[in-house]
Amino acid sequence: MTLAELKPGQQGIIKDVSSKSIPLKLLEMGCLPGNSVELVLVAPFSDPMYLNINGTHLAIRRDTANHILIDTNNE
Amino acid sequence: MSKQINVALIGNPNTGKTSVFNALTGLNQKVGNYPGITVDKKQGVCKLERGVKAHIIDLPGTYSLNASSLDESVVIELLLNKKDKDYPDVAVVITDVENLKRNLLIYTQIKDLEIPTILVINMSDRMVYKGISLDIEYLEQQLDTKIALVSTRKNNGIDELKQLISNYKTLSNKPCLHTQDIDKTYFEGLKKAFPNQSLYKLWLVITQDVNFGKIDRNLIEDTSNFKTKSESDLKRLQQKETIKRYQFINNVLKKGQTIDLKSAKDLRIKLDRILTHKIWGYLIFFGILLLMFQAVYDWATYPTDLIDAGFSSLADWVKNTLPEGAFTNLLAEGIIAGLGGIMVFIPPIAFLFLFIALLEESGYMSRVVFLMDNIMKRFGLSGKSVVPLISGNACAIPAVMAARNIESWKERLITILVTPFTTCSARLPVYVIIIALVIPDGSFLGISYQALTLMCLYIIGFLTAIFSAYILNKILKIKSKSYFVVEMPSYKIPLFKNVVLTVVEKTKTFVFEAGKIILAISIVLWFLASYGPGEQFNDAENIIQNTYPNLSLEAQNDLIAEHKLEHSYIGIIGKTIEPAIKPLGYDWKIGIGLVTSFAAREVFVGTLATIYSIGSANDIDDEDEAMSTIKNRMAEEVYSDGSKVFTLASGISLLLFYAFAMQCMSTLAIVKRETNSWKWPMLQLVFMSGFAYIVAMIAFQILK
Repeated sequence: MTLAELKPGQQGIIKDVSSKSIPLKLLEMGCLPGNSVELVLVAPFSDPMYLNINGTHLAIRRDTANHILIDTNNE
Repeated sequence: MSKQINVALIGNPNTGKTSVFNALTGLNQKVGNYPGITVDKKQGVCKLERGVKAHIIDLPGTYSLNASSLDESVVIELLLNKKDKDYPDVAVVITDVENLKRNLLIYTQIKDLEIPTILVINMSDRMVYKGISLDIEYLEQQLDTKIALVSTRKNNGIDELKQLISNYKTLSNKPCLHTQDIDKTYFEGLKKAFPNQSLYKLWLVITQDVNFGKIDRNLIEDTSNFKTKSESDLKRLQQKETIKRYQFINNVLKKGQTIDLKSAKDLRIKLDRILTHKIWGYLIFFGILLLMFQAVYDWATYPTDLIDAGFSSLADWVKNTLPEGAFTNLLAEGIIAGLGGIMVFIPPIAFLFLFIALLEESGYMSRVVFLMDNIMKRFGLSGKSVVPLISGNACAIPAVMAARNIESWKERLITILVTPFTTCSARLPVYVIIIALVIPDGSFLGISYQALTLMCLYIIGFLTAIFSAYILNKILKIKSKSYFVVEMPSYKIPLFKNVVLTVVEKTKTFVFEAGKIILAISIVLWFLASYGPGEQFNDAENIIQNTYPNLSLEAQNDLIAEHKLEHSYIGIIGKTIEPAIKPLGYDWKIGIGLVTSFAAREVFVGTLATIYSIGSANDIDDEDEAMSTIKNRMAEEVYSDGSKVFTLASGISLLLFYAFAMQCMSTLAIVKRETNSWKWPMLQLVFMSGFAYIVAMIAFQILK
């Protein structure tokens, strides 16, 4: 599943990020395969998404989150 | 012995880098050049022991050495150029104890550059609160450096840091991991081709567009014995590099840092739930905005009035004390009046900067960005455009620069292009005097017509900005990946010292920069209005005395002054453009005001003041009287057929012209700098002013 499908409060592990559509800056902030990710909150109108990746709190837009593949714990 | 050590402060945004800088340098700091003409370059001096001085540069916050913005490329250019006079003897990397993992990324990159590096772990006062404990000895050993545990809030660790800076020669300058392992053959080839260069430097040059020393990227690519890689391959390598760095950091922190999550307390999530709530979030934001405007346009009037009064008495004093003559007139009518015109902007601008500094320091601004992104996106803007659009209400110059951290080029460009439509404080004096002249007394629902008009002008400015963004978004064919990353820092109580220093420094640069222009213009203007070519100007006395021999001396003097002004250099300019501005309802005197306003809007009132005070032989003793006199004179201005110059129609037309026209050289210069092309500022100048002309003409023709 992709990061965009997470529900607030849900956690997962980043499986793959497509390097073409993900800016380097996001990788540098810790959005890398193997790191944990939690969807903290979503803004009104459900975009952008407020994440906790590997201890870093940041917000990205839903269309970026679509390009990040994750595994959830209960799968 | 006086020796100077160059120290560079480097770190991620939100790590308290500036607080460390402030703690080291105190008030011994200055901001190089004008922000934007060169990127903000903060420098300061810190005295160490034994007479050694540290020259400290606070480099812009950056997440890594792979630059994605103008600010960030400054950092790389300095670190790659050993010949730069600011090239650091020692680098100090600032990290936040709560975000150590991410903050260490840039640390490993700096180490790769083989610069002696000190690691500062800041905000150490929050460790207990967050349940964090560190094994400093282990970290120092693994990271191959010295660590200073600092809390700027509690004022801890600064002396230790100074100690480490003085002993910088004992620091290691070896990299702490082997970057070349990500692609051994590639880096070996690189090493063979350029045996004398540091590998990591070469790698940085290849992956981004910077020059250093004699080598630039093209040179590397042209070298026949070295084959470089395609862009997508390079990007994959960069990703590999980042993963490798994180692996290293994760391994180090696994043993060096323990976090006891149970003892960690976090207000963040509770506050975030409220501040980004779909109803409360917006209500709180608009509440804060209202408070801000209240401060800027109401509370600020008290100090403004004081400054105004101070300068008027100074001008009086000069006029009465110095001997009469051209110099005294220039000083009192040109320079002091011009300076007073700038100083009155200090209180509102300082208030605005104060609010913005508080919102940013506390971490709330990121929440606003998060909250507004969805709405702004629909207009082709980013959530981050909120900051420029708010700052634009003080001054477009810092506002345009605040657009720098918008990642998408298209969203950033649109933000820059529309920001000058917001009502900057330079428009205010023009609005105030015109509104006082043409808008009748009376009130609607308890609010006076005049206040309502002012409010409408603000709303018009903001709506025009948003609406133009929408149109630009449809028209501009720029391919740019629209992405958006914003860090959500933890909430902090703003540090008083930081806030005060930010406000002082920003206000100071505004006053000095705007001041130079206004001062220069008032002097030039005074000359242009006081001298003229030909007999009409030089023989004004005789011409008037011969034409109106029967008038009283006083009336004759008034006519002489009027005649002189009309035939002075400035009068000739005004008369020349009169046909073009006639359809908007302006006469040649207003025309002069318009011309000078293209340098800066706030010059308008000053120009009219100069024109009308030169246009009359009567001396004005009291500045209060002078201000109302200018207003009275403007009210009395008539055309030759006896009809008034300032009517409701021409007044509204002027207000609209000032709302829309691009009349600020400094903004144009900043836009040129920020967009790296004359195309965009010229587009602004032509479209905004053209739009202003048409709207003002329509308004005048309908209302007259």
